[in-house]
Amino acid sequence: MLDFFLTPLAYEFMQRGFLASLMVGVLCAIVGCYVVLRSMAFMGDAMAHAILPGIAIAYLLKGDVLIGALVAAVIVALGIGFLSRQGTIKEDTAIGILFAAALSLGVALISTIKTYALDLTHILFGNVLGVSINDLWLTAILGFVVLATILFLYKEFLIISFDPVLAATMHLPAERLRILMLILLALTIVVSLQTVGVGLVAAMLVTPGATAYLLTRRLPMMMIVAALIGAFSSIAGLYVSFYINVASGAAVVLIASLIFLGVFLFAPPRGLLWRR
Amino acid sequence: MMNPSLIHEPAHLAVENITVGYNGRPALQDLSFQVLQGTRVAVVGPNGAGKSTLFKALVGLLPLKQGQILVHGLPPGHHKECIAYVPQREEVDWKFPVTVKDVVMMGRYGNLGWLRLPGKYDRATVARCLMQMGVADLARAPIGELSGGQQQRVFLARALAQEPHILLMDEPFTGVDVSTQEATLTLLDQLREHNVTLMVSTHDLNLAMNRFDLVLLINHRVIAFGTPAQVFTPEHISQAFGKHVLAFGDKVVVDDCCPPEMFE
Repeated sequence: MLDFFLTPLAYEFMQRGFLASLMVGVLCAIVGCYVVLRSMAFMGDAMAHAILPGIAIAYLLKGDVLIGALVAAVIVALGIGFLSRQGTIKEDTAIGILFAAALSLGVALISTIKTYALDLTHILFGNVLGVSINDLWLTAILGFVVLATILFLYKEFLIISFDPVLAATMHLPAERLRILMLILLALTIVVSLQTVGVGLVAAMLVTPGATAYLLTRRLPMMMIVAALIGAFSSIAGLYVSFYINVASGAAVVLIASLIFLGVFLFAPPRGLLWRR
Repeated sequence: MMNPSLIHEPAHLAVENITVGYNGRPALQDLSFQVLQGTRVAVVGPNGAGKSTLFKALVGLLPLKQGQILVHGLPPGHHKECIAYVPQREEVDWKFPVTVKDVVMMGRYGNLGWLRLPGKYDRATVARCLMQMGVADLARAPIGELSGGQQQRVFLARALAQEPHILLMDEPFTGVDVSTQEATLTLLDQLREHNVTLMVSTHDLNLAMNRFDLVLLINHRVIAFGTPAQVFTPEHISQAFGKHVLAFGDKVVVDDCCPPEMFE
C-alpha cells in the first residue's frame, strides 16, 4: 500500500511535478476565492488564453517563455482593466473580443514555428512532468508575492469586493486596487501554465473556490478550505495521471470537479439535498 | 470619542456653492450651507430634489462640478474617521461570505489604515455597537440571512463603529419596521450626546420638525435653512413642493410620495 504512494516519488521529475502542482493548486484556490466572489471567472479564462501570443513571441525571440507569458499577462490585465473602465462597451463583450483576438494571434504565431520544441498541447493543457528547478523557483517566488499581497491587503480587497460605497467613503484607491487584483490574477495564471495549462487554469481558479463557498460562511475559512481542496486535487490528480496514464492537468481538474459535485449535492449549509 | 488633534477650528461642515450633476442637468445647483459640530439636521424636499445626491457628493461618491466641501476647514479625505454614510439601500453583495460582526468590523478599517490588524479596542467597539443597535445576538449570522430591518441596524452599527464626526443617513425611516425606527431615533439622541453632526433625509416632516435642531429644505437648490419654525412656513413649503401643496388657512398639506403629512 505504501509502495503505491512512494513509487512515483522515486522519479525526480515526479517530485518536481508534485511540488509544482501543490503550489499551483493552493495558489489558484486562494486567488480563486476572489475570482468566484467578484464573478471574474470569464475574465480569468480570457486572460489565460490571451497569454498565448506572449509565449509565442518570447519563443520566436528566443527568450524565456515564462517571462513572455508574464509580460503578456500584465499587458492583458491592464488592457482589460482599461477597456472595462470606459463603460462604452459591456465588460464581458470587451473581454470576449480581446480573448478571441489574442488566442487567434497566439495560434497563428505558434503555427509559423516549424519545430516541435514548442508543443501547443503542452501550453494548452500543461506538462507537469517537464517542470525544471528554475520553474519551481519562479512558481515559489511569484506565488509568495501573490499570497503576501492578498494577506497584507485583506481589509482593502474585502471592502472593495463587498461594499464599493464604503470603499469610496473611506477614500480607498478602489480603481488601483481593482487593477492590482487583475495583475495578481495574471501572475497566478502564468505560474499555472506549466501544470494545468492555458485551457484548464480557469477550472483550478474557480472550482475549489466555488466548492469552499458552499461549505463556509466567512472569507478566511473559505480561502483555507479552497486551498485544501486545491492541494488535494493536485496531488490526487498526479497519482491518477501516473498510474492510469492520463494527462495530468485534466486529471487534477476532474478530481476538483468531482469534489465540487459531491459537495454541491451533499453539503449541509447550502447544499442541494439539505435545502428546504 | 473624537480625536481633538484632527479638528480644526471652527469644527464644522461647510458646503460652498456646490453644483452636482450626473449628465447635463445639474441635480444640485449652487448649494451652500454650514453646520456646526454636533448639530442635528433634517434634509427635506420633494422626490428627486437631490437629497441622495447631496449625501453622495458629501462622501465623495459623486464629483463636484463646482464649489467645495470643507470638513473642519479641510477637503474630505483629510480626516480618517470623519464621515460615515448609511445609504437608503445598501448596494453590497448580499451573498458575500461575511458575518454581521465582520461587516461591523469593516467600520473600523478606515481608522486602522493600511497593513494594521484590528486590536482590542476595535473588537470592543464592534461589540458595543452591535449591542447598542440590538443585533449582538446576530453577530455570527451571515449577512444575507437578515431581514430588512436587521440589515439596516447592522449598517447603522457599522456607521457607529466608524466613530464618525459626521453621520449621514439617507431615508432611515422609510420602509423599516417600527422597532428599527425606534432604535434609529434612540441612536440620534445618543449621538447628540457625543457631539456628532447628523444629517438625515426624511419624508416625515413631523419628525423633521420635532426631532432636529435645523432643517435644510432643498429642491435642486436651497429653499430654506434654519430652525424648523423658520423653515416650515407656507411660502417655503409651496416653493419646495410646488403643486403637491394644499393650503387651508394656516394649515398646509403636502402630498408627496408617502402618506400626506400635516402640520401647522
